[in-house]
Amino acid sequence: MNKTSSSLPRSIAAHAILATYTVIALFPVVIIIINSFKSRKAIFRSPLSLPDESSFSLIGYETVLKQGDFFLYFQNSLIVTVASLAFVLLFGAMAAFALSEYRFRGNMLMGLYLALGIMIPIRLGTVAILKLMVAGGLVNTLTALVLVYTAQGLPLAIFILSEFMRQLSADLKDAGRIDGLSEYRIFIRLVLPLVRPAMATVAVFTMIPIWNDLWFPLILAPAEETKTITLGAQVFIGQFVTNWNAVLAALSLAILPVLVLYVIFSRQLIRGITAGAVK
Amino acid sequence: MTQINQNKRRRRWHIAVFLAPAVLVYTAIMILPLFGTLQLSLFREVDQKQIFVGLDNFRILLGDPRWSDSFWNALWNNTWFFIIHMVVQNPLGILFAALLSSPRLRFSAFYRTAIFIPTVLSFVIVGFAWKLILSPLWGIAPDLMNMVGLKSFFEPWLGKPEYALTTLGLISVWQFIGIPMMLIYAALLTIPDEVLEAAECDGITGMRQFWKIKLPLILPAIGIISILTFVGNFNAFDLIYTTQGGLAGPNYATDILGTFLHRTFFGFQLQIGDPHMGSTIASLMFFIILIGVSIYLFGIQTRLRRYQF
Repeated sequence: MNKTSSSLPRSIAAHAILATYTVIALFPVVIIIINSFKSRKAIFRSPLSLPDESSFSLIGYETVLKQGDFFLYFQNSLIVTVASLAFVLLFGAMAAFALSEYRFRGNMLMGLYLALGIMIPIRLGTVAILKLMVAGGLVNTLTALVLVYTAQGLPLAIFILSEFMRQLSADLKDAGRIDGLSEYRIFIRLVLPLVRPAMATVAVFTMIPIWNDLWFPLILAPAEETKTITLGAQVFIGQFVTNWNAVLAALSLAILPVLVLYVIFSRQLIRGITAGAVK
Repeated sequence: MTQINQNKRRRRWHIAVFLAPAVLVYTAIMILPLFGTLQLSLFREVDQKQIFVGLDNFRILLGDPRWSDSFWNALWNNTWFFIIHMVVQNPLGILFAALLSSPRLRFSAFYRTAIFIPTVLSFVIVGFAWKLILSPLWGIAPDLMNMVGLKSFFEPWLGKPEYALTTLGLISVWQFIGIPMMLIYAALLTIPDEVLEAAECDGITGMRQFWKIKLPLILPAIGIISILTFVGNFNAFDLIYTTQGGLAGPNYATDILGTFLHRTFFGFQLQIGDPHMGSTIASLMFFIILIGVSIYLFGIQTRLRRYQF
């Protein structure tokens, strides 16, 4: 088979397929963002063109910022995401260290028990979770969300981090022990810095579903002062369905932070997925 | 000897301290509520008192026409939703991954990043964005179809019972195609060069190389994306709630188990919420997912292991 003769048409075909799909993947996002900067008339008259001098308008953004409490929602989302992430990373790394470092009775069983949650979605326990939160007086608090997301994120975090910690050399830790470091210090001083790349991967994986979740904010914390940005956008858009400027602006405001974070962390995310599969 | 024993005993405490926070939170918020939900499904509220009814709730859900019609409708819709993903999302994901993994392809990092973007967006954004684009009011979709001469085929897809669910399935595929693409891409990268070189020496290249060499080697990854798709689909809720509302319209045509659970548990408009029937639905979803995961773990994965390096 002559490789050089077939490679040109083949790579043209590959580019054609990938470029077509890239357009499909980006088109809705781009169309929403460019139309959010246009006046109502221009949105309907020429939805595909970029905003120009006559059609440029920020009326949608003004409505959103006046009507919706997006700064509060954004702040709530940020608090919930950062707090859950911190707990998932800390508790997850601790448990992963215990599972990967020490041999004890029930180690395997404990590993399996903690891995159950990777496959079984936490949503199925919602009825009892709500009961629990009602009993604990945590309904409509951000604490409830942080607790649920911590539990939700832990299984995968422990799984990935313990796989990673098993690959660390024992010599370093033994050297630490000979120098008289306690197990806690070995974990904090030696192990944590070494697993930082894996922690970053876990962080990205944990963060996206928390930030985007609609189910638990809707059920556990639907009050005005605890709304997350996802729920806030949902409710706001539901109320303003006919105000296209406002809807498009709200969507753009919700897209932007995620998009910025993604562009910053995409390398990390993609490396994480690729490394996770290598094993 | 006593020294060692002491060491061991001291070590035990560390282990407990390291494990405790994760195990406590996970058990209290995830495992116990899961069993709590299973337990709640065995009770019913009569005159503000909980009475034990055994499996009667399940009998009603599966057999009493007032409930079973909705349940079987939701289950069938959910299955169709899953089939769309298996038939469209996963093969396309494999195709893109195969194209991306060819070593001399330029801009592959750009394609990868761009195709993955919808996956990081929330359902709310995705749902409303597509709702606007497909809306006959705005006219973007009919305009675009007009350009390629297909305008007569345009329909308000999300509003028609016969198309709505399939349309939502395809929107969900659009959103999540990045995941199978990346996982298969990762699996393709792990195939050792020697294997591919050996194949080339034997004259197996191009498409034949993909079907004969690469595809069997990435079967474990295909197994993983299939089970991830299964769990994700039978647990889906957000996209349909966002675009079609709590009633999963038109006329329940897009009702899946997740929206059915939400509506039953919380009630909607005239219907009063029922935590016990909600638990019964959640329990059935649990069993469905459990069966799927077991089939994967014991039936498929053990057989696929053989191919791994």
